[in-house]
Amino acid sequence: MQEEQNYNFAYLDEQTKRMIRRALLKALAVPGYQVPFAGREMPMPYGWGTGGIQVTAAILEPEDTLKVIDQGADDTTNAVSIRKFFQKVAGVETTEKTEEASIIQTRHRIPERDLEEGQIMVYQVPIPEPLRFLEPRETETRKMHALEEYGLMHVKLYEDIARHGHIATTYAYPVKVADRYIMDPSPIPKFDNPKLDNSPALQLFGAGREKRIYALPPYTPVKSLDFEDHPFETQTWDEPCALCGATDSYLDEVIMDDKGTRMFVCSDTDYCTTRREAGHVGPDAQAVGEAAE
Amino acid sequence: MYVAVKGGEKAIDNAHRLLAETRRGDTGVAELSVDQIREQLKLAVDRVMTEGSVYDPELAALAIKQARGDLIEAIFLVRAYRTTLPRFGTSKPVETGKMRLERRISATFKDVPGGQVLGPTFDYTHRLIDFALAAEGEPPRAEAREDFSEETLAAPHVLDLLAEEGLVERPERDDEAVPGDITRHPSEFPMDRATRLQSLARGDESYLLALGYSTQRGYAKSHPFAGEIRLGRVSVEYVPEELGFPVEIGEIELTECNMINQFAGSKKVAPQFTRGYGVAMGHGERKAMAMSLVDRSLRAVELGEEVKAPAQDQEFVLEHCDNVQATGFVEHLKLPHYVDFQSELGLVRRMRQEVESNLAEAAE
Repeated sequence: MQEEQNYNFAYLDEQTKRMIRRALLKALAVPGYQVPFAGREMPMPYGWGTGGIQVTAAILEPEDTLKVIDQGADDTTNAVSIRKFFQKVAGVETTEKTEEASIIQTRHRIPERDLEEGQIMVYQVPIPEPLRFLEPRETETRKMHALEEYGLMHVKLYEDIARHGHIATTYAYPVKVADRYIMDPSPIPKFDNPKLDNSPALQLFGAGREKRIYALPPYTPVKSLDFEDHPFETQTWDEPCALCGATDSYLDEVIMDDKGTRMFVCSDTDYCTTRREAGHVGPDAQAVGEAAE
Repeated sequence: MYVAVKGGEKAIDNAHRLLAETRRGDTGVAELSVDQIREQLKLAVDRVMTEGSVYDPELAALAIKQARGDLIEAIFLVRAYRTTLPRFGTSKPVETGKMRLERRISATFKDVPGGQVLGPTFDYTHRLIDFALAAEGEPPRAEAREDFSEETLAAPHVLDLLAEEGLVERPERDDEAVPGDITRHPSEFPMDRATRLQSLARGDESYLLALGYSTQRGYAKSHPFAGEIRLGRVSVEYVPEELGFPVEIGEIELTECNMINQFAGSKKVAPQFTRGYGVAMGHGERKAMAMSLVDRSLRAVELGEEVKAPAQDQEFVLEHCDNVQATGFVEHLKLPHYVDFQSELGLVRRMRQEVESNLAEAAE
């Protein structure tokens, strides 16, 4: 179509890509530090992943294979829309297989399958500042990061324990990067936090509306905040995935009817499909297969 | 059931087709043309240009058509287009003192050099629904001013007359300064006034209206007077590098408001009125006036006033004035959040269980 020929490869012009790449390099040099960048207006709304899209657009090469997930799934509407966007403006290969992807753009999840060296994760970030809900002013939070003044965060976590008996943060759970910066891992469930640590993949975070980029180079130590007597722990489920029987994956709860029937299934659709193709069967696989037909 | 939860490519395509059909409405009714929108919904077009930050009535009218009249959506379309345009330079500052006026009023003086010119205004209309408009027909022609000429339609700024006497502050003028660009640099606080004005100029009209209103009701009182409001056309000049002298590249319509506010002074410095400034593309008086109130309240620190009201707080005002950003983030709540919700659900269940077992233990 003529319309698309008016745009550069991967939509952004080369000057803009260069500006974003500079911010990325700085972010990699100071892991966990939020680098301000001159975020552009994108043809998707703020809140739909414009930060991640700009990062992907800046690093994308014609030979890349792109995977886009939202809530762990390749077929959620926004993941479909972003994948289509890059097919249209960059013409790159896309995939739903985690192992085939060279770049994985994600919202709210990290794939269950271990990432590999050479892979790049791009996270969509709504509020990059982990201290934002404790201190709304950017001028203050930047100072707090600069002085490594994180007492407020520890007080918040302590108050959670005093009030609820445990830390009441279940997603966007704050982490400390390379023993220096406290970082928001984007709203991934804390279940995924251990995957951030010492990952062989390169991890990039883009916040479009807030105009911030930050990064974790491969094999960066990432520690979820906790206390000695209240160690960090992840979510667990009492039952396996209804479709593939996995007991080690993050499960979404699906309400089946108005009588309270529920089913738990893998949020990572590729993980679930791969397991089922390999012959794994969950307790409800039969029933669901029929309902879908 | 399970399949329906996760959306698909097909659903998106179908939704887009339905949107296009709904946009058109009843095909028995003639389609609205872009020209009609540009000519007859001018104030909507002007708002879209102002907050979309592009002076292009044709494009704004098209965006309004595409957005089905949703102005924030239209502004978003214009912004997303604007961001792809190459930038070849910065114009010279426009001379609003040399504006060819269509309207110019001052609330501070009964008469001013150049006169009070009402122009096309709703101000003194009675807000009675004009049912005659429902029937088609041409309105009677407005009589042109008898003394209509280029000279009479240009007039100096009212505030410049006061500035001559030192009664009102004179804005700093620096023609050589390179203006900041909020679309090319992430915001940094504290923000200088020129950059703040840039943010306010593309800021949401209703938001600035509410904030400006709050300053009139005691939240950062600044005792405003509408020193001057003017509407008219100004020339835009640009200096191409290869030529080295300014060339007029076109003309744009602007609305400008200079608000006069209470004086600042001390034992050593004689008191003088301060000012707030507002400007909008096309005819946008409400926007320009609200903007000038907020500009003034944001100068609190500079003028040694205590910062205690929302309208004086730079970070609060400027980080939330962009309606494209605001609507994006508010509306993104429509996107699936089931992974995060699931983890909250698990936590609440666990906490409820703990409370219940505690209660049961206590009962034993």
